[in-house]
Amino acid sequence: MANLKNSKSKSMGLHKEVLTGRTQQVFFNPEEAENFFYYGAHDVNFNKRTEIDALDLTAAQLNDKLHSLMKEGYGSVVVKNPQGKHSLGVGILNKLNLIFEGSLGYFGVGSIDGPVVRITGRVGWSCAENMMAGKVVIEKNAGSCFGAAIRGGDLICKGSVGARTGIDMKGGTIIVGGDAGAFTGFMMQRGRIIVLGDAGINLGDSMYDGTIFIGGKIKSFGSDAIKAKVTSEDISWLKRKLKVAEIGSNFDFSKMTKVVAGKKLWNYDALEPSEKKGAI
Amino acid sequence: MCGIAGLIHKGKTVNIGKELQDMLQALKHRGPDSTGFALYGQGNNQGDYIMRFKVGENVAEGSSAVNEDKSVYDERRKQVDKHIRDLGGSIVNDAQLTPYSFRYCIKYDKDLMEFSKKIESVKMTEILSLGKSLELVKDIGDASVVSKQYGLDKIKGTHAIGHSRMATESGVDIRSAHPFWGYPFSDVSVVHNGQLTNYWNNRRALENKGMRFMSECDSELIAVYLAQKMRSGASLEDGMQDSLKELDGVFTYLVATKDSLGMAKDTMAAKPMVLYESDDLVALGSEEIAIRTLLPQEIDTYDPYDGEVKVWQI
Repeated sequence: MANLKNSKSKSMGLHKEVLTGRTQQVFFNPEEAENFFYYGAHDVNFNKRTEIDALDLTAAQLNDKLHSLMKEGYGSVVVKNPQGKHSLGVGILNKLNLIFEGSLGYFGVGSIDGPVVRITGRVGWSCAENMMAGKVVIEKNAGSCFGAAIRGGDLICKGSVGARTGIDMKGGTIIVGGDAGAFTGFMMQRGRIIVLGDAGINLGDSMYDGTIFIGGKIKSFGSDAIKAKVTSEDISWLKRKLKVAEIGSNFDFSKMTKVVAGKKLWNYDALEPSEKKGAI
Repeated sequence: MCGIAGLIHKGKTVNIGKELQDMLQALKHRGPDSTGFALYGQGNNQGDYIMRFKVGENVAEGSSAVNEDKSVYDERRKQVDKHIRDLGGSIVNDAQLTPYSFRYCIKYDKDLMEFSKKIESVKMTEILSLGKSLELVKDIGDASVVSKQYGLDKIKGTHAIGHSRMATESGVDIRSAHPFWGYPFSDVSVVHNGQLTNYWNNRRALENKGMRFMSECDSELIAVYLAQKMRSGASLEDGMQDSLKELDGVFTYLVATKDSLGMAKDTMAAKPMVLYESDDLVALGSEEIAIRTLLPQEIDTYDPYDGEVKVWQI
């Protein structure tokens, strides 16, 4: 940890806010090179390519194998026969071209920061949960809690997704080629969700911030989710994103509904202190 | 957590016991306490009722049941046999599968509710299933253990549902294990993953209508609820649709009858279900890995949406 008093970032005036309570002030010194690398992140070469057959491997064995290969500098890895197993490809914190030829179970490619992942099959619940950066493309359908709590990156499902897509997301973009289930964008705090098909009940329920674009029908809006005007900037951004996502090239953007937070739900000012406690 | 699985072959009879065993074994991590199978087989070709029942509990390691002297089982079985004769039925053949559980083929043509009440008046006796094709087996242990214990891997049939249970609000015993028979309807069974929050209100209302509960497991409510709906003249699908409005909580459940298999998912979609559907096979599981035991090749699957009810015929 950098020395707080001599921190270069502090001397540059980058930290003016005063943090109190239980929050700790921890700053990184840009001169300390180790601060730029995660423990367990590797420097890889995209031209170094290999394949793994996951048929007889457990999730832990496959994930260990992936990390060993990245340590050896492999930058492009194809995983065959993932067979719907859970927790595959998690915790990858560096650039990597990763292809799964088949389907993943629950918690696939969670907590990643940087890789580009293509999954030729479907994914189960909580795909890419807590993703920080990178790009994940799923060719078929996805289960519930798709992109839960993601912080960044592009998460793309060309098929349909289940309930609570983008729950608690804090950044990044989720793009869905088909329909999305109930409570899409539930409690989202930042980021964008694009659904080209229909959305289920309680869309954007209790969302704090962020934006949801729906191309089809909306079954119902959740608490505090409201319609907003689609601007020309929005359409320009949507076109760019869908091009990156390789879907929706002929989409009619005039049908798009934009949904944002009404920002009334978390205003507890009118409550008594005891009611506040209950509400929180 | 619990895991549920089901499959239905359209127009084909297969080794349904082995297929469901493999699916449930893949879900063992979701619930290792007990496993149950509801297999829809070929009956005994004479159109007789198949009754699976128990006169005691499995008190093996991990069970929460009270230990009993095994000598009571014989006496209880004799009482069951007498009741069947007194009710005008006859036992075509019988098999003792464990010290406490039995499979009978019975000739009987009167009211099933009256029959069931009389049989279950024998202490600790519970009819696990009564029907012309349903073979309902549940016991403590994982799918392989239960299947081996009861020789289920040889049962042929068209469709089946099953459950691997993690006991939460009720005990580790056979009476709380799934599937639940849709008393007093022949050939109706239910498995469930989730929690019902208006269990006691509904239970009291159904008990007032003469329905019986054998456990304190909330999942039993779904079987009894659907049975009551059908008793009142509703179709299975209509009963399932009503359940989405009248049962409170988070749930995904499977229900099977002699010629159909259905699934329902609550409006919050909080419990998982993965579905594979083709022209000749429908397979469902809490996780895709269950379906993969039947279809290791690349397949298209999806999660049914909130508030969805589906019914398939054989």
